[in-house]
Amino acid sequence: MTARLRDYFVPKEEIPARVYLTVSILAGVVVVGLWCLLTYGGLVRTDFLPPPHRVFATAGKLINDGSLLKHTIASVTVILVGFVLSSLVAVPIGIISGSFKVVEAFVEPIVNFTRYLPVSALIPLLILWVGIGMEEKIAVIIIGTFFQQILMVADVSAQVPKDLLDASYTLGASRRQVITRVLLPAVLPGVIDTLRVTMGLAWTYLVVAELVGAFQGLGYLIMSSMRGLATDIIFVAIITIGLLGLFFDQLFKLLRRVVVPWATVR
Amino acid sequence: MPSLAVEDVSLRFHLKGGREVTALDDVSLTVRDREFAVIVGPSGCGKSSLLRMAAGLQRPSAGTIRLDDRVITAPGRDRGMVFQSYTLFPWLSVRKNVAFGPSLAGAPEAERTRIANEFIRLVGLTGFEDAYPRQLSGGMMQRVALARALANDPAVLLMDEPFGALDSQTRSLMQELLLSVWELTHKTVLFVTHDVDEAILLGDRVFVMTAQPGRIKAEIAIDLPRPRQVDAFGSERFIGYKREIHALIRTEARKAIDH
Repeated sequence: MTARLRDYFVPKEEIPARVYLTVSILAGVVVVGLWCLLTYGGLVRTDFLPPPHRVFATAGKLINDGSLLKHTIASVTVILVGFVLSSLVAVPIGIISGSFKVVEAFVEPIVNFTRYLPVSALIPLLILWVGIGMEEKIAVIIIGTFFQQILMVADVSAQVPKDLLDASYTLGASRRQVITRVLLPAVLPGVIDTLRVTMGLAWTYLVVAELVGAFQGLGYLIMSSMRGLATDIIFVAIITIGLLGLFFDQLFKLLRRVVVPWATVR
Repeated sequence: MPSLAVEDVSLRFHLKGGREVTALDDVSLTVRDREFAVIVGPSGCGKSSLLRMAAGLQRPSAGTIRLDDRVITAPGRDRGMVFQSYTLFPWLSVRKNVAFGPSLAGAPEAERTRIANEFIRLVGLTGFEDAYPRQLSGGMMQRVALARALANDPAVLLMDEPFGALDSQTRSLMQELLLSVWELTHKTVLFVTHDVDEAILLGDRVFVMTAQPGRIKAEIAIDLPRPRQVDAFGSERFIGYKREIHALIRTEARKAIDH
């Protein structure tokens, strides 16, 4: 048994799928176990860290009165609209910027300047320009993801081997054909990976987006629950965000398998 | 009569700091119709650059390269190329990779499939038409790359150390395959390698290059009977050529040290 346990701790070695699954489940058990220990063991104040059963009860209540669904739909709408708008513009710019030095020279200074700015610092300007409605929230998501997307897609595009393009030229491809028939399919797996990573990034801007002028949404729910010290509601919102993140992550993984089955998995 | 003429070609570039480097110095050579010509030389002698210029992927600083009296200024389907790195399109099956050139030219579906199947058979990959590149070994990928270049029926086939990344057993098998393919197609070939054995085994003529600056040091006609087999390595004449080429390379290397 000890010899077998040692086998699982070899750097970069594969482990059996069953062991992998067991350890993954164990991780969940450990977290929930620790949570139970801290709360039911009386180690922390329950108004700071609510015990599991209270969070579940609150979740049930919020699900039954429809408010959790309402907040979730509001947040998912903001995220999806912002994410899709951002991706529609950032992905083409990134692809072009990564493969055309002229475009890179133009885009890179702007991106590198902007991407270090904290999004929250731009909120006053956003309020001034687009108000405090849904547009402002979408704008926050866009600003949070747009510049990172350009940078990451540009990197994907720059990684396409030049020999691949050269080979196409020697086969008789025109410049346009090299772009449409070689560069675009070649970047597709990397673009999907970028979308997956930046989707996660978009979710991290949710609370910032719903900081001002919000009356619904999961970020709003968290901020408004702070006033009444309703930590159980905060936990419900956090767990919901986590589950949504898991869902979208799996969705992109599925998308990759379906759209680019020829690509090697990273 | 497809023949490839390299005329007084030089290639110079500037290093950071302004120092000028001459990669190729006044190189001239002609590859005759249906000839298998090989350039052998150490790494850094500019042999790959010369091949890229013949493909039209790079411009010479001075001099011209002609194919049948037309000056080469850009890549074109009349000059197929096989690269050292793996350049198959990973999103296309073997069949579609091979059919890529004809499909760019607008060949109808049935015609593309017919051509692809023919060249896949030629390189011995029948049965792998629907496989994707990531399912293939390095040797198989280079066979597909060869089939893909031939599917365009180019006037000249340019090969840039195509077996350089393969292990020695696979390389030897690939040399044998290339010899048999050449017996069937008799394409005009310009093949670049740093492997002297490979140069003698494959070539009708071998151009020996030296480095810094890249020059053609000698031109040796290889008078070995065809069709050739990999076991030609052992023959007395083969060893004679090998000794001759190695001597040429060694003198040059010694000169470089003495400088």
